[in-house]
Amino acid sequence: MTLAYLTSSAFASQLINLCAAILLLLGFAMLAQRRVLSLINLFMMQGLVLCTSTLIVAITTHQPHLYWSAGLTFLLKVLALPYILHRLIRRLSVKWDIETLLNIPTTMLIGIFLVIIAFNVAQPISLLSGTITRATIGIALACVLLSFLMMITRSKAVPQVIAFLAMENALFFAATSATYGMPMVVELGIALDVLVGMVILAVFFFQIREQFDSLDIRHMEKVHEE
Amino acid sequence: MSELRLLDGILIAALGWLLIGAVGVVFPRRFTLISKILFPLGAAIGIVVALLALSAMMAAPETRQLPLGLPDLPFHLRVDALSAFFLFLLGATSAGISIYAAGYMRRSEGAQLGLQCLLYHAFLASMAFVMLADDGYAFMVAWETMALTSFFLVTAEHRHEEIRRAGYLYLLIAHVGAVGILLSFGVMAGSAGDYTFDAMRAFSRTGIWPTIAFLLALFGFGAKAGALPMHVWLPEAHPAAPSPVSAMMSGVMLKTAIYGLLRVSFDLLNAQLWWWGVLLLVIGLATALFGVIYAAIQTDMKRLLAYSSIENIGLILVGFGLTLVFKSFRLPALSALALTATLYHCLNHAFFKSLLFLSTGSVLHATGERNLGKLGGLIHAMPWVAWLALVGVLASAGLPPLNGFVSEWLLLQSFLFTSGLPHGYLNMLLPVVAAAIALIAALAGFAMVKFFGVIFLGQPREEKLGQAHDAGRLERIGLLWLASGCFLLGLVPHMIIALLDPVAQLLVGGGLGEVTPHGWWLLAPIHPDRASYSAAVFFGSLACFIPLVYWLVHRFLHGRFTRVPPWDCGFPLQTPRMQDTAEGFGQPIRRIFTSFLRRTREHPSPFDTAPRYRSIVEDPIWYAVYLPVARLVERATRLIAFLQQGRIAIYLMYSFVTLLVLLVLTRG
Repeated sequence: MTLAYLTSSAFASQLINLCAAILLLLGFAMLAQRRVLSLINLFMMQGLVLCTSTLIVAITTHQPHLYWSAGLTFLLKVLALPYILHRLIRRLSVKWDIETLLNIPTTMLIGIFLVIIAFNVAQPISLLSGTITRATIGIALACVLLSFLMMITRSKAVPQVIAFLAMENALFFAATSATYGMPMVVELGIALDVLVGMVILAVFFFQIREQFDSLDIRHMEKVHEE
Repeated sequence: MSELRLLDGILIAALGWLLIGAVGVVFPRRFTLISKILFPLGAAIGIVVALLALSAMMAAPETRQLPLGLPDLPFHLRVDALSAFFLFLLGATSAGISIYAAGYMRRSEGAQLGLQCLLYHAFLASMAFVMLADDGYAFMVAWETMALTSFFLVTAEHRHEEIRRAGYLYLLIAHVGAVGILLSFGVMAGSAGDYTFDAMRAFSRTGIWPTIAFLLALFGFGAKAGALPMHVWLPEAHPAAPSPVSAMMSGVMLKTAIYGLLRVSFDLLNAQLWWWGVLLLVIGLATALFGVIYAAIQTDMKRLLAYSSIENIGLILVGFGLTLVFKSFRLPALSALALTATLYHCLNHAFFKSLLFLSTGSVLHATGERNLGKLGGLIHAMPWVAWLALVGVLASAGLPPLNGFVSEWLLLQSFLFTSGLPHGYLNMLLPVVAAAIALIAALAGFAMVKFFGVIFLGQPREEKLGQAHDAGRLERIGLLWLASGCFLLGLVPHMIIALLDPVAQLLVGGGLGEVTPHGWWLLAPIHPDRASYSAAVFFGSLACFIPLVYWLVHRFLHGRFTRVPPWDCGFPLQTPRMQDTAEGFGQPIRRIFTSFLRRTREHPSPFDTAPRYRSIVEDPIWYAVYLPVARLVERATRLIAFLQQGRIAIYLMYSFVTLLVLLVLTRG
């Protein structure tokens, strides 16, 4: 393997495809994972993969703002958010196994079905896109849908929030792969939103626990309007 | 060329209003600053706006883009003869109201004052922006600002339950109407997404879409103007608001709706179908008749005036409809006549109705009473207010030589030419409308006699009325300004008609031309052989005869009789409570039109030692239209509430399934 091949776009797109595959795998892993602590670790790994893939795109296409967003991703999604989540579950002492609304095998089957839909839907979009990463749009969409599914099937508040954050990761990946990322302003805005949203949700966790002595959101059904 | 154009001048004046409001809210407790400097300054700006608008009416249209608003969507402004006319109305009327408001404020209102100052001036500025707007976006922004500021002005005394309720009703109907206007603009902008009025003028003139746009605009602006059946907020909101605000809303804000409807139907849609006019005629007639009947039976003085405003809006809509009918049959001279009558009546109503609302404000401050049954004989205690209110009353009743007469006369004149219309049914039916208008004018006179007679004449019905004080100096100036406006508009009709000529040229493509063929003193809008009116001669003879009669009575009768207790019909005691009351005065009307009213009465039994008689007249439209709609909405929301299970997983499922379905659909 020559150095020329290592910096060529063909190699880069192979690497990005690898990243995409890992992301999808992580998506399924999160869907199947029962323990909150492992869930956070998976989320951190997802952030790391995302950061790597953004960096690869940045190096191959020489887009300066992608370096920034890779750095931002690393800071926020690999360091800050997992740290906050770890602290949170220690403070709330919620390390228990998660009960899901659907059992895990069924969820996985639905997940596979979603991936098929995502690939089918993404096909015309990737034909339109001219980026080196266009093959991964289907995977990115599949990750979005898988995170959404996870949000639906979990009954505890913390996993739901992790699912929400994972969905944001997938969206970010979709943006990078379809158009080399969103404008810097938008990215900064979203990053800030995620951070602020995390803080607000943390406050909510404490409130929910105060109110119901539990973080199980099924208790919230009691508060709906008669 | 002169760099500062008229449009810029008006814009700066409107910004000046905003600035005054800002200063007021920065120093909320400086009573003297707000009442003695800021409000009179606002009045001065009103005069400036009126003068600028007057010259803009004669000048060519001016346009300008403001670098405000959203990116790629700047505000477009434009002033032409139509908007200049309504700006003139705004400026001239608000000058009187602002100076009155300066005297109306009380130190006891505390920090409220600064907020009121801001809201009031923002209200004025937003109305000016409504007239200036030249695209749908700027128009809606100004329109909504107007609705919101007036809502907060109405609910100034929000501690009263019924005022909050009135404010809510007003806000609700204003917003339902705004949706109609927005949709109408949307239809006219089409799919191009260009919301400038220029693009809307180029809107395709075929098919059903112009009709839909017109009906939506009619719904939206009708809600603001108080046309039947969207009138219910008017008699609630006007009594709730402080008097200068009710004067502003009734005198000027209702006219912004007329302005909007004129703009849409003539300028943007170019008045295409004759039945639009007939629809307006029918709605206007129903509104006017309804308003005047209810005005005649009210017992609250501000509600009476509110219903009278509904009646006047009805008359304006009738004139508007007639203009549309003439215009669609391509009769420019006749439609110019009807349009002149309509606009003239807008101006007149702005002056006399705000004068009357302001005089009720003075009465309210002096006595603390709105109920006609507890007033009376105030002409002795408050001669200024009484005599100036008399001017408004006479104008409102449509008596010469005041302004109300001229516009109603012009309106009736234009109805006399409907026989020339090339349409059989219209030929036969429109004269009936003219007769109905005559009936309405007579009933309006009745309502006004009741208003003036019960409040100012007779004996005081309560002890405390003797201590009522007259209006202060600033209040008097405001009332005088409006009253002299009523006189002036009535005495120089030919000048006003000449002033309206550019508007008629713009909207209907024709004017009245020479209206004074025999010199300035004789007004003959069509031909001197058909009809003519000379305000000056009328006024001159009145000015001669009244002093003559007064002198004769004084000379030959006074001093020759002595006051003795009258024959007392067997009652040893006569109290002021035995006078004809508001209820009693309205009773014949209530009897005649009993099928229009919804009444509940409580008759005391003959053996009751503390008898009470109650008669409540309610609005049948409230029961016929509003309550069924409210029930329908409630039932629909109950159905939708089924979706709300309270489980987050299910809510998420809704959006998930929607997302999937949309993705699959767009793929296919």
